Amino acid sequence: MSKALLKVSDLRVSFFTPAGEVKAVGGISYELSENEILGIVGESGSGKSVEAYSIIQLLQPPGRVIGGTIEFDGENLLEYSKTRMRQFRGDKVSMIFQNPMTCLNPVYTVGDQLTEALTCHRSVSSADARTRSIEMLERVGINNVEKRMKQYPHELSGGMRQRIMIAIALICSPRLLIADEPTTALDVTIQAQILELIKELQKDTGMAVIFITHNLGVVAEICDRVAVMYGGKIAEQGTADDIFYSPAHPYTRGLLRSMPRLDEVRRDRLIPIKGSPVDMLNPPAGCPLSPRCDECMKICLRADPSKTKLSATHNVHCWNQRAAAGEKYVMTEAR
Amino acid sequence: MVRYILKRLLVALLTIFVISCVTFLLMNAIPGGPFLSEKAPSQATLDAMNAKYGLDKPVPVQLFNYVKSVFQGDFGVSLRMQRNRPILDIIKEMFPVSAKLGIFALLSAIILGIPMGCVAAYRQGKVTDSILRVVTTLGIAVPGFVLAALLQYFLCVKLGLFPSMGIAKPIQYVLPVFCLSFYPMCYIGRLMRSSMLDAINQEYVRTARAKGVRPFALIFKHTLRNAVIPVITYLGPLTAYTLTGGFVVESVFSIPGLGRYFVQSILNRDYPLIMGTTIFLAVLIVMMNVVVDIAYKFVDPRIDFGKGND
Repeated sequence: MSKALLKVSDLRVSFFTPAGEVKAVGGISYELSENEILGIVGESGSGKSVEAYSIIQLLQPPGRVIGGTIEFDGENLLEYSKTRMRQFRGDKVSMIFQNPMTCLNPVYTVGDQLTEALTCHRSVSSADARTRSIEMLERVGINNVEKRMKQYPHELSGGMRQRIMIAIALICSPRLLIADEPTTALDVTIQAQILELIKELQKDTGMAVIFITHNLGVVAEICDRVAVMYGGKIAEQGTADDIFYSPAHPYTRGLLRSMPRLDEVRRDRLIPIKGSPVDMLNPPAGCPLSPRCDECMKICLRADPSKTKLSATHNVHCWNQRAAAGEKYVMTEAR
Repeated sequence: MVRYILKRLLVALLTIFVISCVTFLLMNAIPGGPFLSEKAPSQATLDAMNAKYGLDKPVPVQLFNYVKSVFQGDFGVSLRMQRNRPILDIIKEMFPVSAKLGIFALLSAIILGIPMGCVAAYRQGKVTDSILRVVTTLGIAVPGFVLAALLQYFLCVKLGLFPSMGIAKPIQYVLPVFCLSFYPMCYIGRLMRSSMLDAINQEYVRTARAKGVRPFALIFKHTLRNAVIPVITYLGPLTAYTLTGGFVVESVFSIPGLGRYFVQSILNRDYPLIMGTTIFLAVLIVMMNVVVDIAYKFVDPRIDFGKGND
C-alpha cells in the first residue's frame, strides 16, 4: 500500500443546535491512499456527508469540527487559514454533489462556470482556459462542446449537468475527489454511465476518490475499500470483498440482508433492520447500534467498542467480534 | 424577443388608455368646477367659458375628445396656474428639474441600498446586521416630510451647514437627494438582504465555495445576480416616482419641480393640469414596467419570452 494521501484521525464534528449538541461525527479515523476509491456507506444522518464536508471545511454553521486531525499530504487541514483553505479547495481537493439540477448557477453559462474553476487557481489566459475547458468537457463525454459552452444549465439534462459538475471538479487535476452521492438524483441508466465515468477518470489521473453513498450496489461497482458508518461512527472498514463476503458487523450484515439479490432464488421477504435510526440528540450510551442489534450484549449497552482488527485490511467496531477474535475485554462497570 | 416587446407595448398602450379614461371620469365626478371662486361670475360668462373649453358637451363626448387628444400628445391647456399655457409645455419645463434630482436620488438609493443588503445578509446576526436593520427600519418608518423637516431644521437652520432651499448650486442638492433616496435605499436594502439570504443557501453557492471562488466573487457574482430580481421589480415603479419628483421633498425645499406643481394644481383645481400630470406619471410607470420586464431577461437567462409570458 502506498503512502497515505489523506489521514483522518479521531475526527469529531458537532452541530450546536438550540436543542443541544448533536454529535454528527463522533471520532472517526481512516486513511486513504492515492489511486484508491473509498466508499463511505451509511443511512441518512449517519454523518457520512458531514464528515466529507469537514475535509474541505464547507460545514455550515452551527456545525463545527471539535476535535481530531485531517492530514492531507502530511499537513493538518484544520490548521489552514481561511484563504489557504480557499486556495486548496477546488485545486487539490474537489467535490461533486448530489443534485446536479441545483448545483450549477442558473445565471451563468456552462463555459463561464467551467473556466472560473480554472482561473480561480491558475493564472492562465482566457484563451487557454477556454481550450482547457473544452478539453475537459470532451473528456467527460459531452458532445457538441462548442455549443454546450454557451448554454445555460437549465438547457441541459440531469446527466449532462452531472458530467459538467465532474468537469468543473477535475479541471485543476485535484488529487482527491469527494463525491457526495453523485448518482442519487439520476435515473438508473445515467447512474451507471456516471459511475463508469468516475471510475475511468480515476484510473487515468490516479487521484483518490471518496465516494459517499447509501447504495451498496454502487459501492460494489466502484470502490476498492469501504467504510460503513452508523450513528456518526465507523462500524466496519475493509476492502470491498471484506465487506461483501465476510461482513463482521451486525449493521453491515443487516444492510446486506435488506438488499435484494439476483443470485439467490428466494421466496421470502427481505429482512429489514428493525428499529429506527439513532436519535443524534440522545445517542445510546454504548454502541450506537445497541438498541437495534439482535446480538446485543450487556456490555454493548454500556461501552462503545473500540477497533478490532480482523485482518490487515479489515477492522470492525463490535464487542462480539472482540470476543470472537479471542481478545479479552475488561468489563468496566459503569460507575 | 421583438414580438414580446411589441406585445408588451400594445398592452402598455391599452393600460394608458384605461388610465386616461379613469382619470377623466374621476375629475368629472368631483363636485365644483374650475371657474368657481369667491366672486361668482354671471351665468352668461360661465356658459361662454364652458362652451369655449367644450365643457357644455355630454360627458361621453368630452371623454372621447379628451382621450383622443391625449393620444395625439395634447393634454390641453392650463386653466388657472399658468392660464392658457399648454400642459405639455409646463411638463417639459418642470420635469427636467424633478428628473435631475430624481436621477441622483435613484442612483444613490441603488448604489448604497444593494451593498447594504449584501453586507447585512453576509453578516447575518452580527453587529453590522443589527445596525443596518435599525437604520433601514427607521428609513421605512419615518415619513419623508418628517425627515425633510428635521434635516432642514437642524442642518440648515441650526447649524447652517446647507442652504435650506433651491437647487441652483451642487451643495443644494445634498439634502433633497438624501431625503428622496433614504426610503427607497432602505427598502432596497431590506429586499436585498432577504433575497440574498435565500440565495446564499442555494446549492450552487456551495458549489462555488467548493471551487475555491474568492469571497468577493462569491457574493457579487454568484449570489447577487440571483438575488437581484425582486429589487429590479421594485425599481420600475420607483424610477417613475423618483423622476417625477417627491411631492413632499420638493415642497419642503422649495424646488420648482413637477411634484410641487402637481400638488399646487390640485389645490387650485386646475383640472387639465392634474389630469395631464397624472397621465404623465402613469405613462412613465407603465413604461418603466416594460423596461423592467425586458431587463429580467438579461439578469436571468431562464426567463423565456417565447411562450406563456402573460
